[in-house]
Amino acid sequence: MNLSSNVPEKNASGVLGSSYSRRHRLLRWPIFSLVVLFVMICLAVFAPIIVPHDENLGFLEDRHQPPVLFGGTSNHILGTDSLGRDVFSRVVYGARISMLSALTALVIGGAIGTALGIFAGYMGGWVDELIMRLVDVKFSIPLILIAFAMVVIFSPSFGLLIGLLTMFVWGQFTRQVRAEVLVIKTTDYVAAARTWGASPAQIMYRHIFPGVISTVLMIATFQSGAVILAEATLSFLGAGVPPPSPSWGAMIADGRLYLDTAWWVSLAPGIAMGLFIAAITLLGDWLRDYWDPKLRQL
Amino acid sequence: MNFLARRVMTGALTLLGVTFLVFGLSRIQGDPRSILISDDASFDQWQEMGKQLGLDQPVYKQYQIYVVNLIQGELGTSTLQKKPVAGILLERGRNSALLAVTAFSLTILVGVPLGVLSAVKTGGIYDYAIRMFAVLGQALPSYWVGLLLILIFAVGLDWLPASRMSDWTSLVLPTLAIGWLGVSGQIRIIRSSMLDALDSEYVQLARAKGVAERTIIWKHVLRNAIVSPVTFASLTFASMLTGSIVVETVFAWPGLGLLSVNALNNSDYPILQGVILLAALIYVLFSFVTDVVYMMIDPRIRIQ
Repeated sequence: MNLSSNVPEKNASGVLGSSYSRRHRLLRWPIFSLVVLFVMICLAVFAPIIVPHDENLGFLEDRHQPPVLFGGTSNHILGTDSLGRDVFSRVVYGARISMLSALTALVIGGAIGTALGIFAGYMGGWVDELIMRLVDVKFSIPLILIAFAMVVIFSPSFGLLIGLLTMFVWGQFTRQVRAEVLVIKTTDYVAAARTWGASPAQIMYRHIFPGVISTVLMIATFQSGAVILAEATLSFLGAGVPPPSPSWGAMIADGRLYLDTAWWVSLAPGIAMGLFIAAITLLGDWLRDYWDPKLRQL
Repeated sequence: MNFLARRVMTGALTLLGVTFLVFGLSRIQGDPRSILISDDASFDQWQEMGKQLGLDQPVYKQYQIYVVNLIQGELGTSTLQKKPVAGILLERGRNSALLAVTAFSLTILVGVPLGVLSAVKTGGIYDYAIRMFAVLGQALPSYWVGLLLILIFAVGLDWLPASRMSDWTSLVLPTLAIGWLGVSGQIRIIRSSMLDALDSEYVQLARAKGVAERTIIWKHVLRNAIVSPVTFASLTFASMLTGSIVVETVFAWPGLGLLSVNALNNSDYPILQGVILLAALIYVLFSFVTDVVYMMIDPRIRIQ
């Protein structure tokens, strides 16, 4: 489906050329990922036109209707939840919230993280030391625990959620970008720019930043899956988007109580999330192999 | 400065940063007593706590008092259980550790062989199946997997208990739910480092010399590819130790994770602060030990 799964190549036990074929494998387009992502993004963007029912409006007499393949009607193809709300409509709107919060957090966190990484890598010295210790602190505490503490102090809101997710993503960018900058700054063109009298700010922006863009995009791809999972986890625990907004995590939590009678309420959003994140991960793998197989460790 | 001294210092600085953060969070809204004391406390208790925290003194003094208390193991009192936080952490930590050990064993026992198999058979059907298994394990939220397991094995087949801690049978489902995530990460990381090592010249030399393929894979390749998988494994274990927060909630497993979620629902800040500090301490200790082990194995790291 993607990568080289069906491409004939000499396997590792081939005496000759395994290294060549592995490095320069023919990369197939990641069809599965692209199709899944395209469909889900379209659903999310056009949600108001697509959904058959109001995602927050339920009728109690319709509660816990099974999905269409399990004895339900085509009126509610994925069934209804305990308040009689249409599960399909909520999953679609949930995609919207997941994608929106992930995208916002990635843009803000990615920008901050990249800037810090370039700064730390280029300036070196105590600036580098300070920023890298901040990154260490970030990685030493699980996001969820910080989120809990913040929620106890403030109360859950969309803004707080975005803030927490931003705190979750920036460190990865900083670490990876800094490592890259350490290499780039020893190149001849950076040295040349310096001898022409370019200021550090100019060098960082004009000569170093373009060199890290592909890395940044790759990290963003990998991180987007993690951010969506984090958002769902926070919402699952009631520390994310406040109800009744449909969030995948919150929907899984809603269905938990009725798992033995109405399993579809929890299962449907989980499957949607699994598909989406698997598609992103496979796309990320493909991008990495396409751009730079040396970055497999990412 | 040699590697070891530097490493101790960065570890200490990280912990210092964490204490800054936790201290700052408790004072972000002004008086820390508003979140550190239970709602039914009397005026005298309120005053008493003010004195203990040194609230009549400047902030840096307050921080000093806070850190000295921490070093003495004084983490405050839970506003919900009205018991010292340190004791609660110890008791719940034991339960989380039990689950962490089983889930981690699964990670290593299943993750390493599957990762090696996947790398050796690149492009084959095994590789494909194993990679799908790993991608799914990382894509599906572990608490959702937990619910699915409950639905199948507890509700449907009635083979295993759905939740709560009892005999060994209650360990099986939470171990699987947490373990799948660990196994998936381990597979992906072993596979990629193995592929890098398989590309190397020393492997080609070994092949040219006619060394048996089995020896090449387990001795030459795996040994050289082990650095990132070991880091991953050690940090996975560290994070499992502080409780797989959400999975514990799903299975009502009385560990640190469930403790944190209850603390969240009851606004029990002292407990949350305790779990955060413990998590950071475990993380720093584990990454320190991992680095020291490398230093002993790989002389190149000492020079860096």
